[in-house]
Amino acid sequence: MTATSNVPAPAQDGGSEVPFIAAFLAVGALLALFIAARTPDAMMSAHAMMFLLAFIAGAFALVHHASSGNRLTQDVYEMGVVKAGVFASVFWGVAGFLVGVIIAAQLAFPNLLYFEDLGWTNFGRLRPLHTSAVIFAFGGNVLMSTSFYVVQRTCRARLFGGLTPWVVFWGYNLFIVIAATGYLMGVTQSREYAEPEWYADIWLTIIWVLYLVVFLGTLLKRKEPHIYVANWFYLAFIVTIAMLHIVNNLAIPVSLLSTKSYSLFPGVQDALTQWWYGHNAVGFFLTAGFLAIMYYFIPKRAERPVYSYRLSIIHFWSLIFIYIWAGPHHLHYTALPEWAQTLGMTFSVMLWMPSWGGMINGLMTLSGAWDKLRTDPVIRMLIVSVAFYGMSTFEGPLMSVRAVNSLSHYTDWTIGHVHSGALGWVGYVSFGALYCLVPWLWKRKQLYSNALVEWHFWVSTIGILLYITSMWVSGIMQGLMWRAYNSLGFLEYSFVETVDAMHPYYVIRMTGGLLFLIGALIMAYNLWRTAKGDVRAREFAASPALAPAE
Amino acid sequence: MAGKEIDAPTGIETTGHSWDGIKELNNPLPRWWLTVFYISIVWSFAYWIFMPSWPGISGHLKGTRNHSERANVERAVADLESMRADQMKRLLTVGSVSEIESDPDLQLFALTAGKSIFGDNCATCHGAGGQGNVGYPNLADDDWLWGGTLSDIQTTIHYGIRSDHPEARINQMMGYGETGALSGDQISDVVEHVMTISGRDADAAAAARGAEVFAVQCVSCHGPDGKGMKALGAPNLTDGIWLYGGERQDIQKSLYFGRSGVMPAWTGRLSEEQMTALAVYVHSLGGGE
Repeated sequence: MTATSNVPAPAQDGGSEVPFIAAFLAVGALLALFIAARTPDAMMSAHAMMFLLAFIAGAFALVHHASSGNRLTQDVYEMGVVKAGVFASVFWGVAGFLVGVIIAAQLAFPNLLYFEDLGWTNFGRLRPLHTSAVIFAFGGNVLMSTSFYVVQRTCRARLFGGLTPWVVFWGYNLFIVIAATGYLMGVTQSREYAEPEWYADIWLTIIWVLYLVVFLGTLLKRKEPHIYVANWFYLAFIVTIAMLHIVNNLAIPVSLLSTKSYSLFPGVQDALTQWWYGHNAVGFFLTAGFLAIMYYFIPKRAERPVYSYRLSIIHFWSLIFIYIWAGPHHLHYTALPEWAQTLGMTFSVMLWMPSWGGMINGLMTLSGAWDKLRTDPVIRMLIVSVAFYGMSTFEGPLMSVRAVNSLSHYTDWTIGHVHSGALGWVGYVSFGALYCLVPWLWKRKQLYSNALVEWHFWVSTIGILLYITSMWVSGIMQGLMWRAYNSLGFLEYSFVETVDAMHPYYVIRMTGGLLFLIGALIMAYNLWRTAKGDVRAREFAASPALAPAE
Repeated sequence: MAGKEIDAPTGIETTGHSWDGIKELNNPLPRWWLTVFYISIVWSFAYWIFMPSWPGISGHLKGTRNHSERANVERAVADLESMRADQMKRLLTVGSVSEIESDPDLQLFALTAGKSIFGDNCATCHGAGGQGNVGYPNLADDDWLWGGTLSDIQTTIHYGIRSDHPEARINQMMGYGETGALSGDQISDVVEHVMTISGRDADAAAAARGAEVFAVQCVSCHGPDGKGMKALGAPNLTDGIWLYGGERQDIQKSLYFGRSGVMPAWTGRLSEEQMTALAVYVHSLGGGE
C-alpha cells in the first residue's frame, strides 16, 4: 500500500450485525417493559418507560434501514454518525452552558432564583445536570464524533461494525437523557461526576464496550502501517474510562426494581475510589481524549507537521503512567492516610512535564506558520486552547502540593481551576475541531463567516478571563478568611460572612459564564449556516477563506 | 512508503510517515523539558525519603522526619485550648454582667469567643449581626420575647424554645382558625383590633368587635393592653416589632394557623463556658437588660 493513495476500497462489512442489534433491542425492550410494569418506584418506572420507548424507536429505525434496501452507503467513510455527533455536541454544549449560567445566577442571587415548590430547580439538582451536560454530553459527543472521524481518516478505513457506531451514538445519548432526567427527579448515587445510578451505569458499560469494539476494529483493519498518535490518545481514553467507570460504580442495587444502590466500598476506601475515578475522568476524558483532538486538528488545520514524534511518545506514556496515581490529592487533610496523600501529591508534581509535553507539541506545530494565528481565527482558538491547557496543567500540580492545598481546598479557586481547563482547554479545542469539521463533513469550501468566529473567540475569551480571575480572587479570599484567627485564638470570620464576601465575585463569574454562552450561540448559528452552504456576503479581508483540508 | 524528507520551513527531518496528510518532525525532546521532568522525579524520591510514603505488607514508610499530620493537628488544638483555658475557666464563675464589665480582659475574651461561636452556630438563622429574619428574632434590639437579662439569655441558649429538651421554654400560639376556636369573621375582627393597638388605621367597628374576642381569647398571654408577657414568651403586639410580619395577612395567618418556631437546646452541643460567652455576646448586641 502506498501513502499516496488516500482512498480505501469501499466498505466490505455491513449487514451481519443487524440480527445482533435486533436481538439486543428486543431483550432490552422486554426487560424495560417488565421493570416498568412491576416497579413500585415512580422514578424507576419513568426511566424504564424511557428505555422502552428508545428501544421501540430503535427497532423501527432498524426495520426502516433493513427494508429501505439502500443498506450502507457506498461512501468509503461512515460520516453520517460523525455529523450526528456534531449536532449533538453543539446542542448539549449550549444546554450545558445555559444550565451553568443558571446555577451561577443561583449562587449570586440565592433568594431570587429559589422556587420552594419546584424541587427540581434546586441548585443541588441542577449542578450535576450542568457538570454532566458539559463533560459527558458535550465533551463526550465531541470525543466520539471526532474519534470516529479521525480514526477513519488516519487509518484509511471505514468504521468497523456496520450500524454499530450508530448504536454507540444513540445509546450514549440515551444514557445522557437517563442521567439528566434522573438528576432532576432526584436519582443520584451522590458520587461527583458519577451520579447516575446502577442501571444507567450498566447501560453505559454496554455502550462503552461497543465503542471500544468499533474503535479497535477500525484500528485493526487500518491501511496505514502505523497508528497515528491521536489514536493512541483516543484508545487510552476509551480503555481507561471503561476501567474507571466500572470500578467506581461497583454497587449493589436494592433490587432490580429500585433506583437505589449502595457502593461496594466502605468509608475512606470509597472516597479514594471515587477520587481515583474523579481525577482520572479529568485525566483520561478531559485530557487524553482532547489531546487526541489536538493532535489531529492542529497539524491538519495549520498544514504543518507535528513538532516532535519523540516527544509525543515520551509524553504519552509518562502521562498515562503517572496520571492514574494522582487521585489522592483530592483528599488532602482528610481521613485518607498521609502516605497516600504524599504519593498523590508527588505523582501530581511529576505529572507537570508529561502534561506540558502535549502543550509543546501543540504550540510548536505552528513553527513556520505562526502568521496563521493572525489570519485564521480557528487556528487561534485551537492554539489558545493549548495555552489554557498549559496554564491549568501547571496550576493543577501546584494546587496538589499539600501546603497550597490547605489554602485552596474547598474554595472557589478549585472551581476557577476547573473552568480554566474546561472553558479554555476543553471548550476551545472542541470549538476549533467543530469549526474544522462542519465544512469538511458537509463539503463546504469555507465557514459561513470567519468574522463570527472572531466574535465568538473574543466574547468567550473575555468571559473565561472574567470567570477564572473572579474565582481566583474569591477562592483565595475565602481560604484566607476561613483560616483567619484573632489574637485570642478564635476564628475571625463566621462562615456566613465569607459567603457574603463572595457575592460580587459570583456576579462577575455569572457574567463571564453568560459571555461564554453567547459565544457558543454565535458558533451554533455560524455552523448551522455553514452546513446549509451559505457564505456571508461581507467577510473582511483580513480573514481570507481557507481551503478545506479535504 | 515515502522516504524521510526534510521539512522546508524548519529544516528538520520528518519521520517519513504520513496520516491523512499529517507528518511528524523528528525533533529531539526539548532539553529544558527533560531537565525539569528529571528534577520533579528526583524531588519526588527525596520527598518519599523524608515524608510518610510507600505502603508495604504491614504499615508504610514513616519517613525520616517522622511527620504526622494527625499529631500536628492534635498539638495545635491542644495549644489553642491551653491558650484559652484560664479565661474559659473564669467564665464558669461569672454570675452577672457587671462582674464581667469590671474585668475588661475577661469581657473582651467573652465577646470575642461569643462572636465566633455565634457566627458558627447562630448566624444561620439569626443573621451574621444578630439582626434576625422572618421567624427568627432580632437579637440586636431591646425587644425580648423571653427576657433579656444575662440569665434569661443563658436559659434560652441552654434549653432552647419548644426544643426536645425537658427544660425547654414552651408556650403555644394556637391556630384559632385551624382548630375552629374562632370563625373567619372573628379572626378578621381580631386582626383589626391588633391593627388598632399597634397604632395603625383599621375598621373601627370590626376592631371593637375584635377587642371583645381579644379580651376573652388573647389576654391570658398577651395581656389586656396587648403588651405581651416575657414570663410566657408572649410578644408585645403594640411595639411595631413583628416576628412573623405585621401586615394584615401576616397577622391573619398567625391567628389562623398559629405559630410555633423552634430554637434548639445547645446543652450538650456547646460547653458551659461557650454558652456563657455566647450569652455575654448576645447580651452586648443591642439591648441586654
